[in-house]
Amino acid sequence: MQTRGKISLALLVVIALMAVFAPHMSPHEPNAIDLDSLKQPPGAEHFFGTDQKGRDIFTRVLYGARISVGVAITAAMLSMSIGLLVGLISGYLGGRFDTAVMAVVDLVLSFPSLLLAIGVSLILPPGLHTPMIALAAVGWASFARLIRGHVLSLREAPFIEAAQAVGASAPRVVFVHLFPQCIPLSLVMLGLKLGGFILLEASLSFLGLGAQPPTSSWGAMISSGRAYLVVSPWMIIFPGLAIAVTALCFNILGDALSDRFGYRTTL
Amino acid sequence: MSFALTKALPGDPVTGMVGERASKETIERIRAELGTDRNFVAQYVGYLKLLSQGELGRSYYTNRDVAKDIAEKFPNTLILALAAMLIAIPTGVGMGFLAAARRGSRLDQAVTTLSILGISMPVFWVGLLLMLFASFWLKLLPPSGTGEIRFLILPAITLALPAIATLARVSRTAVLDVIDMPYVQVARAKGLTLRRVSLVHILKNALIPIVTVIGLDFGSYLNGAVLTETIFGWDGIGRFAMEGIIKRDYPVVMGTIIVGTITFVLINLLVDLTYQFMDPRVRLYARREK
Repeated sequence: MQTRGKISLALLVVIALMAVFAPHMSPHEPNAIDLDSLKQPPGAEHFFGTDQKGRDIFTRVLYGARISVGVAITAAMLSMSIGLLVGLISGYLGGRFDTAVMAVVDLVLSFPSLLLAIGVSLILPPGLHTPMIALAAVGWASFARLIRGHVLSLREAPFIEAAQAVGASAPRVVFVHLFPQCIPLSLVMLGLKLGGFILLEASLSFLGLGAQPPTSSWGAMISSGRAYLVVSPWMIIFPGLAIAVTALCFNILGDALSDRFGYRTTL
Repeated sequence: MSFALTKALPGDPVTGMVGERASKETIERIRAELGTDRNFVAQYVGYLKLLSQGELGRSYYTNRDVAKDIAEKFPNTLILALAAMLIAIPTGVGMGFLAAARRGSRLDQAVTTLSILGISMPVFWVGLLLMLFASFWLKLLPPSGTGEIRFLILPAITLALPAIATLARVSRTAVLDVIDMPYVQVARAKGLTLRRVSLVHILKNALIPIVTVIGLDFGSYLNGAVLTETIFGWDGIGRFAMEGIIKRDYPVVMGTIIVGTITFVLINLLVDLTYQFMDPRVRLYARREK
């Protein structure tokens, strides 16, 4: 498991580097339309072939990583931050406030996640921020629930009681004493959830609710390749592989992290 | 809550219906007919009134009763979900069970790898690849359509794959949790056959987390249904919802979200109730609380 985790991490670093240095990785432009080479199969000139407008798919996959992975990571971090804040406050205060907050959390968790994300992204004006916010709107609840549970188990711990006894204010107890205790757990959860965020982002952009054309996100590339499934299957195969490999690496890494930090049973 | 969501959708359905070039009077007239010229609260109250009468309104486009359309399409989605479960449950639980029984073996590693692979692949991509292989290259099954069994197979497999992966993973862990329990050793020691121990002692005790996941997975079936039905042209409520979203047909979007959520809640209730049958401890606590 540990070696698998390391391999995934290495692969993810490679993917990230390729996304960052996309302009230097390929001689082609992601949005350059080339009518002389429409729907070319994969070859030496175009590693992954070209699409219906003659754009180089390898280049578009590289640039797509910036959007797909970028959106997923930002959304996951946003979810974690909201979840941490809500979980910490709700867990520490307890009582009616906690009950009300947890009712909202349950409500969000009871919606099928894709439907909720679709609903949210339809409210917002289309743009790069829309899928991020939609994913975060779905993702924060599970973080909040986990952190709240952790805070409940810590609330009666001697070090919290000691802090309260010397007169620390509630915000101080929450942010100085409880917050650091929740960081490892949240990070492991982040690792476990990232693969799911990648897939959800892909679904949203496949449905046309992600980044708008001509920007290339992986899901949108598959969606536009659908019409040419039979004549040029490489248009959907390679972006899909990119999604699957990235999500797989995140999932394996998440598992390795939770093993390493002994959260296997908690999560 | 879902009402606020759909009403906030950008884009005006009326413009979509009559086209950009329609005269102002036409637009006003249709708005008044649909009631979208009233303010937000009035519309909301109107919708609640409609809901309380058990109705979901009419589609802006086809002017058909949304409740009726959903009632027609819902069985299709249910059939698809049940077919997927029929594939997923035996395969997933079986794989998890075998992997746990031969813990650490090649088989175990293969199952673990496959299950993590299964939850990492996007549903719509798997669906398109399956369609490519089975329909266009091997010409085994038709790519899309509704109703008959031959149309059902591909979307059901697509929907089942991620569920198999989750189930295999969960049942493997669940079985490993009980396999070293003293009562399993006792059962083996007193000479019961391996088959009897597996089925009666291990499977029965590992069932709770498995059933929980099956219930929770129903939400992902609803998610997956939107994508799979759209791809394979299966005429269920997932595709209906997607078309409604694209056309900004609010009553349709509202209706499908409400029906989807109610179904999900009912399934979870059903799962909670089945615990009582499976686990005497749950029954005992329920009685004590009374």
